[in-house]
Amino acid sequence: MSVLEVRDVKKSFGKTEVLKGVTFSLDEGEVLSIIGSSGSGKTTILRCINQLETADSGYIEVAGEVFFDGKNKKEDSQTKRKKQLNVGLVFQDFHLFPQYNVLDNVTLAPKLLAEEREDFKHNKKQIFAEIEEKAKVLLGKVGLSEKLGNYPCELSGGQKQRVSIARALIMEPKVLFFDEPTSALDPELTGEILKVIKSLAEEKVTMVIVTHEMSFAKAVSSKVIFMDNGVIEEAGTPEEVFDNPKSERTKAFISKFED
Amino acid sequence: MSFLEVTEFLLEGFKISLLIFGVTLVLGAPLGLPIAFGSMSKFKPIKSIFKVFVWIVRGIPLMLQIFIIYYVPGLLFNFQLFGEVDRYFIVEYGIMDAGRILAVLIAFTINYACYFSEIYRGGIESISRGQYEAGFVLGMTKSQVFKKIILKQVIQRIVPPMSNEIITLIKDTALANCIMVCEIIKNAKELAATKAMIWPLFYTGVFYLLFVGILTIVLNKTEKKLSYFRS
Ligand SMILES: Nc1ncnc2c1ncn2[C@@H]1O[C@H](COP(=O)(O)OP(=O)(O)O)[C@@H](O)[C@H]1O
Ligand SMILES: [Mg+2]
Repeated sequence: MSVLEVRDVKKSFGKTEVLKGVTFSLDEGEVLSIIGSSGSGKTTILRCINQLETADSGYIEVAGEVFFDGKNKKEDSQTKRKKQLNVGLVFQDFHLFPQYNVLDNVTLAPKLLAEEREDFKHNKKQIFAEIEEKAKVLLGKVGLSEKLGNYPCELSGGQKQRVSIARALIMEPKVLFFDEPTSALDPELTGEILKVIKSLAEEKVTMVIVTHEMSFAKAVSSKVIFMDNGVIEEAGTPEEVFDNPKSERTKAFISKFED
Repeated sequence: MSFLEVTEFLLEGFKISLLIFGVTLVLGAPLGLPIAFGSMSKFKPIKSIFKVFVWIVRGIPLMLQIFIIYYVPGLLFNFQLFGEVDRYFIVEYGIMDAGRILAVLIAFTINYACYFSEIYRGGIESISRGQYEAGFVLGMTKSQVFKKIILKQVIQRIVPPMSNEIITLIKDTALANCIMVCEIIKNAKELAATKAMIWPLFYTGVFYLLFVGILTIVLNKTEKKLSYFRS
């Protein structure tokens, strides 16, 4: 069953067509890596799926819910928000909430969401305790049990990114998107993030990862897409794309990363 | 007149200065918010109206604005609104200057609301889009994002410029004497005129300095308290 369907999505900013018809799908438990040079539209497609941009045309469906079908371009924010709970996005530069400590960064959104539950008034204490427990488990999984009370400004880049992964995971998205999760980090810190993502892949979390870490992409992905200039130039298994690329452009791109 | 009597007389005036200060702050600070949102509106006509309004209010001297508020009802409607209020309060309650003070409060509140609105606007616009997007992606509503994420960061950023405005405000209250409101400097001038005493005029500086000293301590504490995070 495909949990993510993207069909012929197009998007222009002014006169520049950034996405020229992007189509792909993803099954539950799969990991898709998107590679491609800077400016090829990788961030834009993630932003269109996560409703931070509205595509011009095409079709996007997540977990059976239509996110975009070319109509209803001006949806009310409540509908959009409800749909958004199906997907999560980890940003390149974290965007942690600076005024909250690590634990509160992770629990803020689920606590606000819990206010909409019918039993919230009666069970507030218990609901919050459960959310905090869940957050602690997740933060333990990303190796931050010692940092629950720290503020983002007291963390390294790698630690910040791990908080932001936990923050996204606690919402239990059907698909979790990563936009170059290691690009803002010092090289020696990328390993800790990649390790976390790998462990998520082993747990069959459905993920879409935009990355420049080629060997990581090869190891962790079930599918790879090479984007070039707003189109999918090549798609396939990691072996197909990395070891036997059909397109000259793919070959040229991948060879830049071999050393 | 003894030193003590002069002090008491000046203190009477300083109470009026503090009244203008307090009311302007309590009314002007919240009023600045809708003005800030108005001048950030995506609807062009609204935005322009607010921008022009703020431009005018910030562009002409506060003293002139006091005159405008005070005299315009009489000029336009041939009705001395503030004079009538003055008279009413003297007759009914024996309170002096009520109408004039009211005019000053209106002028100050509008003027400072506009200054505050610009500070708010700067603060709000300085928060990166990523903060809004991170909140949205986690399924928060717009108002949750503003209240739970943006607001505190804005407050942290506006405390220093607000502190400056607030300290300017207490000194600006002296402008009220342009329409004969009995604030502290007006009282000191009266002593100079009727008793040929000049030193009370300089002595008023002590009142301002003491108050600004207290303000500075409080505002610095606030700033410190908010410095536990860096955004
Ligand atoms: N909001 C925007 N307004 C105008 N141009 C944009 C905007 N966002 C992205 N672009 C342009 O779209 C192109 C693709 O950007 P992006 O999706 O960020 O590429 P990538 O993530 O692959 O580096 C770039 O040329 C970029 O300048
Ligand atoms: Mg990008």
